[in-house]
Amino acid sequence: MNLEAIKSEIEANVPGCQLEIIPNTSPSAQHSLLVDSAHALTVASFLRDGATVRLDYCSNVTGIDWPVKEVSTKTKVKKIVDGVEKDVDEVVKTQTGGYLEAVYHLYSMEQRQGPVILRMRTEDRTDRVHLPSFTPLWRSADFQEREIFDLFGIIFDGHPDLRRLLMWEGFVDHPMRRDYVDPDDYEYEPTAHDEVLKRAREHQSAEGGL
Amino acid sequence: MSVLTETTVALSSDPTTDPNASQLLEVSMGPQHPSTHGVFRMDVALDGEQVVKLKPVFGYLHRNHEKIAESQNYLGCMPYTDRLDYICSITNNWAYALAVETLAGIKVPERAEYLRVITGELTRLQNHASLIGFLMQDMGTSGTPLMYAFREREKILDLFEALTGARMMCNYMRFGGCRVDAPAGWLQQTQKVIDAFPKFLDEFESLLRTNEILMARTQGVGRVSRELAINAGLTGPMARASGVNYDLRKVDSYGIYDRFSFRVPLGEFGDVYDRYMIRLLEMRESVEILKQAMRDIPSGPIMDPGTKIRGFRPKAGEAYGRIEAPKGELGFYLISDGTGNPYRFRVRPPSLINLTVLEDMCLGRNVADIVIILGSVDIVLGEVDR
Amino acid sequence: MDEQLKSELSRQGVVATSLQELYNWGRKSSLWPLNFGLACCAIEMIATTMARYDLARFGAEVFRPSPRQADLMIVAGTVTKKMAPQVVRLYNQMPEPKYVISMGACAISGGPFKQGYNVLKGIDRYIPVDVYIPGCPPRPEALIDAFLLLQKKIDEQYLTGPNRPRHLNADMPSEFVVPEFGEHDLEPTQNRDVWKVPLVNISIAGKNESGSD
Repeated sequence: MNLEAIKSEIEANVPGCQLEIIPNTSPSAQHSLLVDSAHALTVASFLRDGATVRLDYCSNVTGIDWPVKEVSTKTKVKKIVDGVEKDVDEVVKTQTGGYLEAVYHLYSMEQRQGPVILRMRTEDRTDRVHLPSFTPLWRSADFQEREIFDLFGIIFDGHPDLRRLLMWEGFVDHPMRRDYVDPDDYEYEPTAHDEVLKRAREHQSAEGGL
Repeated sequence: MSVLTETTVALSSDPTTDPNASQLLEVSMGPQHPSTHGVFRMDVALDGEQVVKLKPVFGYLHRNHEKIAESQNYLGCMPYTDRLDYICSITNNWAYALAVETLAGIKVPERAEYLRVITGELTRLQNHASLIGFLMQDMGTSGTPLMYAFREREKILDLFEALTGARMMCNYMRFGGCRVDAPAGWLQQTQKVIDAFPKFLDEFESLLRTNEILMARTQGVGRVSRELAINAGLTGPMARASGVNYDLRKVDSYGIYDRFSFRVPLGEFGDVYDRYMIRLLEMRESVEILKQAMRDIPSGPIMDPGTKIRGFRPKAGEAYGRIEAPKGELGFYLISDGTGNPYRFRVRPPSLINLTVLEDMCLGRNVADIVIILGSVDIVLGEVDR
Repeated sequence: MDEQLKSELSRQGVVATSLQELYNWGRKSSLWPLNFGLACCAIEMIATTMARYDLARFGAEVFRPSPRQADLMIVAGTVTKKMAPQVVRLYNQMPEPKYVISMGACAISGGPFKQGYNVLKGIDRYIPVDVYIPGCPPRPEALIDAFLLLQKKIDEQYLTGPNRPRHLNADMPSEFVVPEFGEHDLEPTQNRDVWKVPLVNISIAGKNESGSD
């Protein structure tokens, strides 16, 4: 399926929506479509009911955490230093990430086509983490969105029953975030070294010696 | 908060406005329950015998596969996939290998594809056989069908052990092929098992198919309509019992499945009986595929020589690979950031998503039916909770 | 009784035994396990009871669905933090004498999943374990071996004296603390009466390390 065609079809039918094709450079070439969260529900319901290829089956729903990452790219720039033209390395620092992402893999069971990959991004990783829920459209997203809420902390607006799925009620963290820190727990290893030995020392002093 | 208080909260939050209405009884089935196929819990509200609400509670076997995989290299994730759906380790390996092969553009040699089909279909045979055994156990047959099923399962596990060295956790596939070639005499032994399998199926069917209790307890129970099946993302035997013609072996023709002729059995009513029959029929089709694969298997290498196993670093990107596992569509979604570890390792578990309709199937039925309906979904908790 | 006299008598058709031997023989020959599986190992546990391995040969095929009727808990599989309180509660509900087999790497130490944020690093942090069987999963033969080891252990127990088992000693506890769900972890994270932090002998462990104190 041609993602460009789908994109222009959506743009013709859902006015005002902002779409962006996220290219995938790996051999799989599964490119995806980034949808703005304000129009995402309209876009998704158009894909399910109105498009030429009706995507009646939502297979996989994934959460991804992209913490802020500083990427420095070196570029060679010609500059005139002391009257002589020289190649100088210029380091440009850019920040990427800083958001949570939900990815939906949509297929058409009737026409046996797919996948069309939709992505949505939250504004940040702390408090503006709301995304529209696709559960009213595809019930298969129900447990998967609950799982993403549980493990990543994305709040899906419009989900009928947004509770933790895997961790217990009363758990406060989102453990699949990349900066999640495990509670301190030490286990014996017969050949302790490096990190393990360091932690063994800490626990030993806490326990009051061997 | 303890589990007990959780249940009482659910009870008090469900007030009945009608004073004449009979009071609801809240039952917490599980996590330790003989027929929940593992540590699965359902909070059930009952009006007399009838189910008026059913909320599944997950997470009692949440083993953090996805988090652990982020600190493993690509090859190191392979043994973990064995433990997802621990009855069918080989198909899990296959789905993961397929996802990585899609991610990195790896080709698989002929013989390895055939070995994959043979081991994969054997896995399907033993999964379906033991599922039917467990389903009958849930219905109260004290042991006999399960004993029969496990007798056959042991024969297949012996083949796995001879091939891979392990009964259950085979860890057999690699990116670009299989780990080891079949040892001397293995194919002949497999041929014997395959040839004898239809006899077991006949025996199993004559034991069960016309059993009145079985029919009374399964026909018309736990129905799922075709529309709901598609919308709720049901896959595998669950979807096909509701008449959805969607078998990834036909749709995607991954591997070499386009070379085999086999039929996709479809149900009409979407009830427990249909799901049970679909599995019996699928076993017969698997035997057909196995016969063709055994006939055609070529000799040759089992690994793509160009693939690096150690220090494997795929290019940055992402891929979703899916196969028709015995329980449904098993998919792996991988994101690579160019390093040796996957940035994101997501398992699309068929068992979990097939449970979406559990409440719809059980509403209005008796408590005793919950057990059978759950049994017919075919869940493995290692995969539901991951 | 003198062992020689006993064998002499048995040759004459007279069986002489002590109350202790009879009692232990009765208990070890009819261990009823709890019908309780957690993960992968449970499938091997089921396979052990099936036709090929036939656990019934050792008097242990009566899997009871209720903890009140069981003598033996086989912790077969990964104990997650969410499941641990229930496991301890089931153990507390079992009547004495009761035994625990910790089956598989996960039940022993967390096994391959021990880095996981929701995985308990061994059930022996909360309840006492009698027999450990390693393996991932252990083969049915290994589980049978664990049964034989447990039978041997029961056979060697004394009815009286300071070394008598827990169920004959009113001072010993038969119930253990059930952990509660906390905000990040279980509370308490281990039962200090049952399990102590195994400390590394740092003076040995650090020796091969360059630059350590």
